[in-house]
Amino acid sequence: MIQIKHLGKTYPMASGNVVALDDINLEIPDGQIFGIIGLSGAGKSTLVRCINLLEKPTAGEVIIDGRSITQLPGKELLKLRQSIGMIFQGFNLLEQRNVIGNICFPLEIAGVDKVKAVKRAEELLRLVGLEEKGKAYPSQLSGGQKQRVAIARALATEPKYLLCDEATSALDPNTTRQILDLLKEINEKLGVTIVVITHEMKVIDRICDSVAVIDSSHIAEVGKVSEVFTNPKSQIARDLIIPKESNFFETKGGRRIRLTFDGEKKTNDTIISRMVLECHAAVNILFADTRWYEGVGYGHMVIELPNDDHEAKKITDWLTARDVEWKEEI
Amino acid sequence: MLSEMFYKLWDKGILQLGIWETIYMTFISSFFAYLLGLPLGVILNITDKNGIAPHPKLNKILGFVVNFFRSIPFIILMVAMLPVARFVVGTALGNKAVIVMLVIAAAPYVARMVESSLKEVSSGVIEAAQSMGANNFQIIAKVLIPEAKPALITGAAISIVTILGYSAMAATIGGTGLGQIAIIYGHQRSNSDITWICVFLTVIIVQVIQEAGNYIAHKTDKRINK
Repeated sequence: MIQIKHLGKTYPMASGNVVALDDINLEIPDGQIFGIIGLSGAGKSTLVRCINLLEKPTAGEVIIDGRSITQLPGKELLKLRQSIGMIFQGFNLLEQRNVIGNICFPLEIAGVDKVKAVKRAEELLRLVGLEEKGKAYPSQLSGGQKQRVAIARALATEPKYLLCDEATSALDPNTTRQILDLLKEINEKLGVTIVVITHEMKVIDRICDSVAVIDSSHIAEVGKVSEVFTNPKSQIARDLIIPKESNFFETKGGRRIRLTFDGEKKTNDTIISRMVLECHAAVNILFADTRWYEGVGYGHMVIELPNDDHEAKKITDWLTARDVEWKEEI
Repeated sequence: MLSEMFYKLWDKGILQLGIWETIYMTFISSFFAYLLGLPLGVILNITDKNGIAPHPKLNKILGFVVNFFRSIPFIILMVAMLPVARFVVGTALGNKAVIVMLVIAAAPYVARMVESSLKEVSSGVIEAAQSMGANNFQIIAKVLIPEAKPALITGAAISIVTILGYSAMAATIGGTGLGQIAIIYGHQRSNSDITWICVFLTVIIVQVIQEAGNYIAHKTDKRINK
């Protein structure tokens, strides 16, 4: 388990101190895929680098499997890093080494015998589905393939933890899905705990069990993905889940309301159709998004009510009567 | 038409020897210049504030020393460093002394060349190596130098050519080679053809070194799709 306690990171600058992280508290249970989401500049990359001490925290501590690592002496820190894999947005492969050479690299560092290392590398290539590419050089691979090699490389030393820093941000949507599925598979097959840093809700959505939302150096919210998604408590979580669509149609000025389907019973119901039919009033659907967690649907919908106050009230009353959660959207 | 002097020099093997001496001096000096300059360049790179072992003070001092030697014109450096040559090789004259001068002049140049080549290695790759628990020595030996290899080879070709250029001035302190032949037989005895032949031969040597450097750099660079 990774525990982060009162973690802080401040950069001294000529113009004064810049706070990157302030009083961060997190617990990342073993076996999970744990997401950390935030906008750029929120401090999420710094946070993940504090877990393997690529960044030295200026306050608080990081505890891995019950051992505080923040004060580890140099040699032990290097040893510890061998048990935490990491992948990056830019893949960061050694351009002058072929795929096998890249995967063997962490094993060389760990002092593993060459024959064994190559054997392990071939095993990993099969795991990430690139058996054919062992002799290829990074410049001959696509972005998705590079990230697969990077994943294989990160797993070479059989780490218990895998840190992913915006690992899919440089990839197209299709490749992103494939890489995310691979991460999920690794989590399930090998039991590796994965920490995913991202600015995209869809990444969290697809593979994470829990999520921490980070905003201007603080943790704004932590919880199971389904909870945070259906009932975001912080403004930043709401912004991330429902992107502030400024391009909602220029409407005629009718009230907008947001309906939330909490997954209890109504997601499968034909609410909107029935509402329109029974109220004899037309509405405009401005935004709708439904996701499935553990077989239950959750969703958000923003609709524009008719201009006529009477009709609008009829609709809201109808919704209230049927116990559909709604609130005014600004 | 070629002058009589040319045939004399050629028959006595003086020109051929000159070519050999120029090449020999250049490569020996380059070897020692790299022996000093490569580690110096690595230290300059890693002690930079964005390097893997930042040490601003050491970096400043080394940077100053390097700049100091690089700002002295070779011909003056040669005269000023005579005592050093005497100390190192026991004489301040001849090719041995010239090699010492060339090394002193070229090592700082090589150091800067190496430093800038290593800067091309992306910080991301270095960070990845750090995340795997590589120590600084492993990062230098397994990441910085291998990843910068093409740039280092190109830089070496440029450095060797520069050293070859310096070596032509060696005649001043009794060094031999094409530079000396051009001055003694060409300039001082007014045989302009000899001077031009020396120029021509130097140009060929430079071209060969430069082309070979580029070729090897390209050949070893795995970033290019083949």
